[in-house]
Amino acid sequence: MKFVISVLSSSHAPSTRRALRFAQAVLAAGHEIIRVFFYQDGVLTASNNLVVAQDQQDIAQQWQAFIAENELDAVVCIAAALRRGVLDQTEAQRYGREAANLAEGYQLSGLGQLHDGLQQAERLISFGGQ
Amino acid sequence: MAKSVLLISRQAPWAGIAAAEALDIALAAGAFDLPLSILFMDDGVLQLLDQQQPLALQQKDLSANLQALPMFGIEQLYVAQHCLTERGLAESTLVMTAERLDDQQIQQLIREYDYVVTL
Repeated sequence: MKFVISVLSSSHAPSTRRALRFAQAVLAAGHEIIRVFFYQDGVLTASNNLVVAQDQQDIAQQWQAFIAENELDAVVCIAAALRRGVLDQTEAQRYGREAANLAEGYQLSGLGQLHDGLQQAERLISFGGQ
Repeated sequence: MAKSVLLISRQAPWAGIAAAEALDIALAAGAFDLPLSILFMDDGVLQLLDQQQPLALQQKDLSANLQALPMFGIEQLYVAQHCLTERGLAESTLVMTAERLDDQQIQQLIREYDYVVTL
């Protein structure tokens, strides 16, 4: 089965942790993840400026590691990211901002990438709210 | 054949950016000529109310985005009748033509689409 997984809440929301555990289970069961799409507050998971207390799980870091290990296509909605302060080098230069903070392994792109993923996939599983 | 999406929009228009971001998913589908319909539910039905005054909240007029939907090929809008009724809006004028569905029709509608996206 081919999945698109969308992440809609920030990295400290329980739903973003559940999204990661679900994605791990998808691959463990031999299914395919076409794309992980980060939208709304989910884009904050792709910031490399997150600092998590030592006694807490760093879900953003775990997402990044999972994406790298499995060479997943991880797309962050560019409009949602810009308005929440998540910029890659190109956007930081374009808007005259000092820092690019999009973590490695993620790409900024448009909502068209969500629709493109859906056309290739068989299931969309969205994780939002709490 | 392209896979279809039912977008269920549940957020009030001026309670943050969520309603506008839901609408952007619809506009993007339209731009790529993909089949998408919108069902307004819960506080999302408030997006359809006519005569809103977002300028009083220093907000952009979301209904302008709504009215752009037909230009993007998104023509089929639905609204949950019970959500209008619960809010005392059963007889209100809506800014767009939206088909009013009862709960059974909503169940049927959801079954007709390949994907359901709820925001």
